[in-house]
This record gives sequence, structure tokens and C-alpha cells, in this order.
Amino acid sequence: MSTPKVKRKFKRRYDKLPTVLLFVLPALIPLIVFWIYPICRSVYLSFTNWDFISPTYKIVGLKNYISLFRNPRFFEALGHTVVFTAGTLIPTIVLGLVLALLLVRNFHGSGILKFILFSPWITPTVAISIVWTWIYKTDGGIANTILTALGASPLKWISSSDTAMLSVIIVTVWKSLGYAMIFYLSALERVPGELYEAVALDGASKWRTFFDITLPCISPTTFFLMIITMVNSLQAYDQIQVLTQGGPSGSTRTLLYMYYQLGFQEFNMGQATAVAVVMILLTVGLSVIQFKASEKWVHY
Amino acid sequence: MAEIILKNITKEYENGFQAVKNVSLDIKDNEFVILVGPSGCGKSTTLRMIAGLEDISDGDLFIDGERMNDVAPQHRDIAMVFQNYALYPHMSVYQNIAYSLKIKKIPKSEIDQRVHEVAKSLGLEELLDRKPGQLSGGQKQRVAMGRAIIRHPKAFLMDEPLSNLDAKLRGQMRVEIADLYQRLNTTFIYVTHDQTEAMTLGTKIVVMKDGEIQQIDNPTNLFSYPVNKFVAGFIGTPTMNFFEAECAEENGLVVLKTVAGRIVMNDAKAAKLREGGWIGKKVTGGIRPEHVILSQDGENTVFSGKVNVFELLGSNAIIYVETEAGMIVMNTSQVQVYEHGDKIALSVIADKVHVFDPETERTVTN
Repeated sequence: MSTPKVKRKFKRRYDKLPTVLLFVLPALIPLIVFWIYPICRSVYLSFTNWDFISPTYKIVGLKNYISLFRNPRFFEALGHTVVFTAGTLIPTIVLGLVLALLLVRNFHGSGILKFILFSPWITPTVAISIVWTWIYKTDGGIANTILTALGASPLKWISSSDTAMLSVIIVTVWKSLGYAMIFYLSALERVPGELYEAVALDGASKWRTFFDITLPCISPTTFFLMIITMVNSLQAYDQIQVLTQGGPSGSTRTLLYMYYQLGFQEFNMGQATAVAVVMILLTVGLSVIQFKASEKWVHY
Repeated sequence: MAEIILKNITKEYENGFQAVKNVSLDIKDNEFVILVGPSGCGKSTTLRMIAGLEDISDGDLFIDGERMNDVAPQHRDIAMVFQNYALYPHMSVYQNIAYSLKIKKIPKSEIDQRVHEVAKSLGLEELLDRKPGQLSGGQKQRVAMGRAIIRHPKAFLMDEPLSNLDAKLRGQMRVEIADLYQRLNTTFIYVTHDQTEAMTLGTKIVVMKDGEIQQIDNPTNLFSYPVNKFVAGFIGTPTMNFFEAECAEENGLVVLKTVAGRIVMNDAKAAKLREGGWIGKKVTGGIRPEHVILSQDGENTVFSGKVNVFELLGSNAIIYVETEAGMIVMNTSQVQVYEHGDKIALSVIADKVHVFDPETERTVTN
């Protein structure tokens, strides 16, 4: 029998475990306390009828999920989440790249310009959002002043369910634009100059050069920004809370905001955590899809 | 196939630095021209101006009689092989080679046929599906050449194409480039700082220094008749020995007097020295290591000294001799082993001596 051999192998594999644990624990403890345990706890709570206040609660099985999937508000929020995520992701990536392309060549004042464009990213979202509530004011807000000056009719912005989502998206894109730009700037600088020379001699136009050389060379950055922006959009809360509180009439209620309302306003923690679990699955699912798709278009 | 003419071309950067000064060069159809010189001599800049990758500050560039100064690189019909190959990292070998044809919207079937032809001629058929990251240096080099060949351009420009390869591969690729030139029969312009590459590949060599052309000639003439001390020292390994001497006339013969002896000039050289009024003046002498010989009797001794380093290379040996006139290097095929410190007397083949003006460094005996 090979038992002793297996044992020895087992021993060899695990005899360093205490040492490894010693080094990993300082990082592992906060991860367990603040991340892994709460996730597990949330999943558990999603099968209960806890009301956030009572010390006791009952396990209700899949009831929370069933009522969630029967609730039109949930699908409305899911739709808003998709619109918000796509609405922030695409403009952030595209405009971030455009800004980076404009600023990649240094000119007088380009440093200051980069800093100004990046500054919203390092400013707290709550502060930004408060300023934007003034900008969006229907009477005398800068947004409407500009629209009127351009000859367009003023909008109701965050006060109307037609434009509230657009308003929140504009704030979010404006905030993350500089971040995308900084990443694209460094990616563009890393594309070897010789490639542009080779492609020029091969006869490519500017557009072809951009699509055939620049875009593929910076594709890892695009991929990274897509994942980060997507996760940020799924987790957006501050700007929605300050600007619209999910309204008017639920038009800016995303899944995360619905979670907040269910758990902390309606005290239905069981159903709130069920939404959270759906969100986790959604995030994981979207990330897996992106990673799979990236094998086709990301060139390392 | 193209005739390329550079007329008084100058490259001046914004900070006033002149990388290329007033360079004029006639490149005939099917010539293999080498631009050679130490780093910073302007050879790469000259090549890049021909390609259109650098603006020409002053002067005219003609390709097949047409002025090209303001023509974009893609409209010059010139292919270039870069020092770091510049392969498109996200494209397969096939796509890299096919790219320029794809841009020209050539039918797929023709592209396919031409790519396979080129791949076959360069031994790349097995690698067509690979990405550049999966290739060795030599293979990348071949892909870079394939990308150039497939276009059937008017001229090939190569910017130090072998400098990233190891010595053995460099030798091998050098032969392949020579073979390619024979097969393609078109104009090649090749930049290198390696004089072996220059001497073995070129039909015409342009030696440059500090942005100026020093000499344009074929390899044989460049080696035998350098126009100045720089060219004489740059071409040939080990480099030419230089020594101080005095030009004098003794018994009707023109001689170069060195510290330890004298070299009798042949009639042609004597005439040049007399014409130039060099009799009685100080000159710089030059002799290649392979033209330094052992002095058989005391009469012919030009230099005497002690062996410093003895390098046996197999069929020949290089001996570094510390003499009164400085270090003199001898490259001899009569292999006789010397120890450090051995006394040795050297002579030279008088016909092979070069004489330079010590001030202008120009050759006075050509």
C-alpha cells in the first residue's frame, strides 16, 4: 500500500501551513470579519423574515426570493440598474479615452488641465452631488441657464422622472471621467512609437492606425476600466441618495438603492438581503462574461 | 527599384542641434548602400528622413526623380525594417505580413498566396499562426523582413536590423540579408554601426561622423584608400595603427622617420608627398595590423618594443606591442607564441602605409 507515501506527501504539502498562515492572517482576519462573514450572514438572512430590529426571526425558506421575483418594483430596479450601468460605463470609457488622446501630447497647461479633470475623482461623491443639486435647480441652476443660453428649452432634471436618471448618470460619468483618462494616458504612453512608424509606412490612415494599433495595444486598460466602472456603477449609492433618493416615483431606484429602502426604510431585512444576494450573483455573472469575452479582444 | 537622391540635406532640431549636415548622396537603382558610423553620427536620422519619419529641415530628397520632402511616409512606397522589429504584438505572423496588403484592399486570395510565398522564402510557414511574443529574436527579424518584402517596395530601409541578435545569429542573418538582396534585386539602404556588416553587405558604403559624410566608396576602396584618419580608423579590425613620423628626403628617396626606424615611400607616395610640400614636416603615419610584419634584420625595423598581449585566434594571432611610438598591433598568420614582455622588432609593408596631415587628418598620399 502507498499509505506512508501519501502521508509523507500530505505532510510535505502541509508542514509549512502554520508559517504560511502566520503571514497571511493579518490580511485574512479583516477580510473574514468585514467581508466573508457579512456575505455569508447576508445569504443566511435572505432566508429569514428578520425586520432589522427584533431579536428573533424565523427561517422562511425561499419566500423572500419568490415575493421578490413577483414584485414589479424589483424588475423596474433591475432595469434601472442596467440602464445606469451601461449609461455610465460607455460614456466614461469613450470620453475618458477621448480626453486622454487630446492630452497625451504635452502642451502648455496640460498638467493643470489633467489635474482639474481628475479632481472630481478624489472629491467625496456626497460633496459633488450637493453641488450638482444646485446646478440642476430648475430655476436659476447653471444647467438650465446654459440650456437657455443655447436656445434650448430648460429641463426639469432631477425633479422629473424623465430626466432624473440622465441627471444621475451625468454626475457619475463626470466624476469617473478623470480616472479613466489617467489610466488611458499611461496606457497610450506605453504604446511603442515604432509601431506607429511601422504602420505609417505600411500605409494606414489615422483612423486605421487608431483602430488597428492604438485600441488593441490599450485593450488591457479598457478591460480593467470596464470591470472597475461596472462594479462602481452597481455600487452607486451616494449620488442617488443626495440627488434623487431613488425618485421621482422610483425612476432612479437601482438594485442597491432598493436594498437600502427595503432594509433601512421598510425594515424588511430578509427581502433586502435577498436583493443583495441577487446583486452579488449579477456582479459575478457579469464579471465572468467580461473575462470570457476579454479573451477575444484583450491583447496582453 | 528606385533611384534615391539626397541633395544638401540637413536636419536641425528645435534646440538648434544639427543631426545631419548638408548630406548629398546618389543612390542608384539596385544598390546596397550602407550608412555606417559611430552612434550619434546622423546615419539613422538620414534613413528616417528618407522614410519620411523625420522632417527634412533643408535640402531636397528625390525618389525616382520626384521630390519627396513633403510626401507622407505611406505614399513613398518604401519599406523599413526597424531595430526592435516593431511587429504588431496583437496580430499573428500571418496578419503582420499581410497587413499592408489588407490596407490596400487587395483581394484575400491574392494576399493569402503572397503571404505564403513570402513565408516560404523566409522559412516562416510553420509560424504563421503565432504571435510575435512567441517568437525568438531571429524569427521576429524574419517576420519584420517578410512584412517589408511582401509589398514589393521601391526600396528597403533597414535600421540596425541585426543589433538585437546574438553574435552567431547575426552572422547567419547577415548571410540571409545578402541572399535576399541577390534575389530581390532592388535598392537597399542599411544603417549599422558594425563595420563588418558594412563591409560584407554593401556595394556602396557611406561613412558618417558628426552628421557629415566622410567618404562614399565601395568596400575595397574604403579599406585601401581611406580619405582621412577617421575612416582609416573606423574601417577594419583591429583598427589601424597610427604613429608620429617626420617626412624626409634621403639619398633621393622620400622616407618617413619614426622613433626607431624609417619607412621608404614608393614612387607614387613619394611624388604626392613632394607635391604637397611635406618634406621636412611632421606627419601622422598609419598602418593596418595585417601589414605589420616581423623585422628579419635590424635594417628594416620601424618599431621595436615588448609584447604586451598575445591573442591566438587559431589561424592567426594578434600581438599588441608596446613600442616607443605607442601601442602597435600586429595581425599575423605566422603563428609563433610570444610571452608577455618578449622583445620584438617590427617592420611594415611600405606600400601599405597611409600618411595623414596631422592637423586636418586628411590623407595626403591618395
